[in-house]
Amino acid sequence: MNTAKKILRFTVVGFLLAASSAHGAAPSAGTVTIPAGVYRPLTRSTTDPESVAVAAFSLGVLPVTNVEFLAFVRAHPQWQRSRVSPLFADATYLQHWAGDLDLGADAPADAPVVNVSWFAARAFARARGQRLPTVAEWELAASAGYTTPSGRDEPEFLRDLYAWLARPSPAVLPSVSTAKANSHGARGLHGLVWEWVDDFNTAMVTGESRADTGLDRDLFCGAGAVDARDTGDYAAFMRQALRSSLQARQSTSSLGFRCAASLQLPSVSP
Amino acid sequence: MNTPAPRHLVRGVLAALLTLSVAQAAEGFSPTKGPVTLPPEVAALPVEQAVLTSPPLVPPPIARRTPARVIVNLEVRETVMRIADGVEYTFWTYGGTVPGSFIRIREGDVVEFHLNNHPSSKVPHNIDLHAVTGPGGGAASTFTAPGHSSRFTFKALNPGLYVYHCATAPVPMHIGNGMYGLILVEPKDGLPKVDKEYYVMQGDFYTSGAFGEPGLQSFDMAKSIDERPTYVLLNGSVGALVGDKALTASVGETVRLYFGVGGPNLTSSFHVIGEIFDRVFPEAGTKYIQENVQTTMVPAGGATVLDFKVDVPGTYVLVDHSLSRAFNKGALGMLKVSGPEDRVIYSGKEVDAVYLGAQAGAGSDSSKRQAELQTQIAAEIKANPAIAGLTKEMTIEKGKQVYMQNCFACHLPNGEGMAGVFPPLVKSDYLLADRERAIRVVLKGLTGKVTVNGTTYNSAMPPQQDALTEEQVADVLTYVTNSWGNSAKPYTIDEVRRVKNESR
Repeated sequence: MNTAKKILRFTVVGFLLAASSAHGAAPSAGTVTIPAGVYRPLTRSTTDPESVAVAAFSLGVLPVTNVEFLAFVRAHPQWQRSRVSPLFADATYLQHWAGDLDLGADAPADAPVVNVSWFAARAFARARGQRLPTVAEWELAASAGYTTPSGRDEPEFLRDLYAWLARPSPAVLPSVSTAKANSHGARGLHGLVWEWVDDFNTAMVTGESRADTGLDRDLFCGAGAVDARDTGDYAAFMRQALRSSLQARQSTSSLGFRCAASLQLPSVSP
Repeated sequence: MNTPAPRHLVRGVLAALLTLSVAQAAEGFSPTKGPVTLPPEVAALPVEQAVLTSPPLVPPPIARRTPARVIVNLEVRETVMRIADGVEYTFWTYGGTVPGSFIRIREGDVVEFHLNNHPSSKVPHNIDLHAVTGPGGGAASTFTAPGHSSRFTFKALNPGLYVYHCATAPVPMHIGNGMYGLILVEPKDGLPKVDKEYYVMQGDFYTSGAFGEPGLQSFDMAKSIDERPTYVLLNGSVGALVGDKALTASVGETVRLYFGVGGPNLTSSFHVIGEIFDRVFPEAGTKYIQENVQTTMVPAGGATVLDFKVDVPGTYVLVDHSLSRAFNKGALGMLKVSGPEDRVIYSGKEVDAVYLGAQAGAGSDSSKRQAELQTQIAAEIKANPAIAGLTKEMTIEKGKQVYMQNCFACHLPNGEGMAGVFPPLVKSDYLLADRERAIRVVLKGLTGKVTVNGTTYNSAMPPQQDALTEEQVADVLTYVTNSWGNSAKPYTIDEVRRVKNESR
């Protein structure tokens, strides 16, 4: 990468950070830049590319907290629990809050917000001028370990990851501040809550037609390994299973989200 | 499988959004098809709630001889439980136990199955019942997010004993965390009557720590992929069927085990030590009934039905006869049978006698080679002045260790022997008079009459030449001839070897 491009990127990031802090009413922990990289989908059809190039993007350091979401529903009453359209959220929506504008004991202010539908998460991000990360972006960011770009090669990272995956969700979630940072500086991608992604429902397949690709997305059991990139990445299978188990209006008590944004890099002539 | 969006809702400005939502949902999520319309003759069947039991118990036999509509409610719960003493593990369960609740229905029943995934669950789950005819055995129809509930209906077409299990990716982890159980579909005319029925399942578990390592253990993906289980268990924990929790029966009763293997990886060479299976339904099929079986092979994701009459009281141990699993990984349980003895069928131990085996066992090539190497080492040591100073005390200490392992049981720790049975070593004229004879006795044993300090003994000492090295023989003789008031020159390896080779 040439130096000019690098400088440009830092300038842009600096600008974004400055902008968000100037905006500053919401207690946001800021963003990190995830450098461009390559995402290799866990499952794909024969006509899908083996890897997907992911441009550098901006990602929230932390998942969205209850208090941040409370500010959002205050400003956008149509997303309050008693007012939300059943088309966009089911009965689990914010069910752990004490009321429409009352967090209560089960939803500490600094804990990640959960029980939010994909529609609600997306609306929150849009209200901030942001969006949800894509599967490719999220997986790229989350593949980093504590100290290296590849968590799969860090025993300590893997141990923490699988210990978390094996635990049931606690009734009351911990503060986002308890989350360890990965090498990009993003925190809590693993170890706090599952997170919505923008294209969550394409997780199982990206082909246009099942008949065309020969990929049967209803495969379970051992058949789930058919077409899989890396059958040894159990954590990726679990994320994929979670994503495919949900519809956009549904949620669970362990599913939250964080925001992302594209980096509008000025075009650089080659 | 593309369910069209409900037409009456696709209206106005929301149309585009909603269509998108349903279409997207169809990508990974098995779309909801709505309740099945039952034909009148099925709708008219009596409705009953299935009785579910926790292992090792089995619901009572089905008395009715006509089909019914059976409602099964099964809850999936991820819960921390004991896997061994001082060791905990986060099990993923059907009904809170490993294996999951036992389900008993009858051939021809129409089952309305509810799978409820507890809100605290970390991941989605589903169920593949091998008793179900249809794609995935119900897996796609029951794929359920945490805090959700799914329902589907199936008709039990085939009788038999079937495994059910979770089929959500990564499936080896879901099964490896305990997500399996058995469903019995009784044949229309029922099964032969027995006195006791029990439910036992084997499964392999992969923990981050070694067997018995205390604390809360995590699932170990690498061990799972390599199929190197830390635990192989009957009913989900070490000792689940032992002691107070052992299965029980009385003499004369016929016991039936519904035995299944959850896996995820290992099969079972299932055996009950001290019993012969009078009747086996191999692979839990119903047509060919095998008789008089010692060990039956049960595949992972398979089951068997085993009947046997217990004739003699005692404890019968259930094992996977791949015995490292039983001895080192927990794969054993117990059946305690009470009642009167029948010593003609089984007498118990009648006689205990001494048997010495060969007195002049030939050393193997390996032990000869070892001896050569030891000679070399001794020579090297002797050539080194620093080590040549190795003291008699050191030899005596080494000899004492040999004595306390091999000799003290008869000659006693103080060397006084047992009056009239085993001769003393303390101030023993027989021991101290003849060095070569002493070596010979240790190497080759001594049987018959011998006089020690004026007392005659008629006993037997087993040969030690295969148990002890030449150095150990020298050491132990140095010890006994320099302890308890005895005093003699240290024995050397050369002396021992000379005697050892004399008969060859």
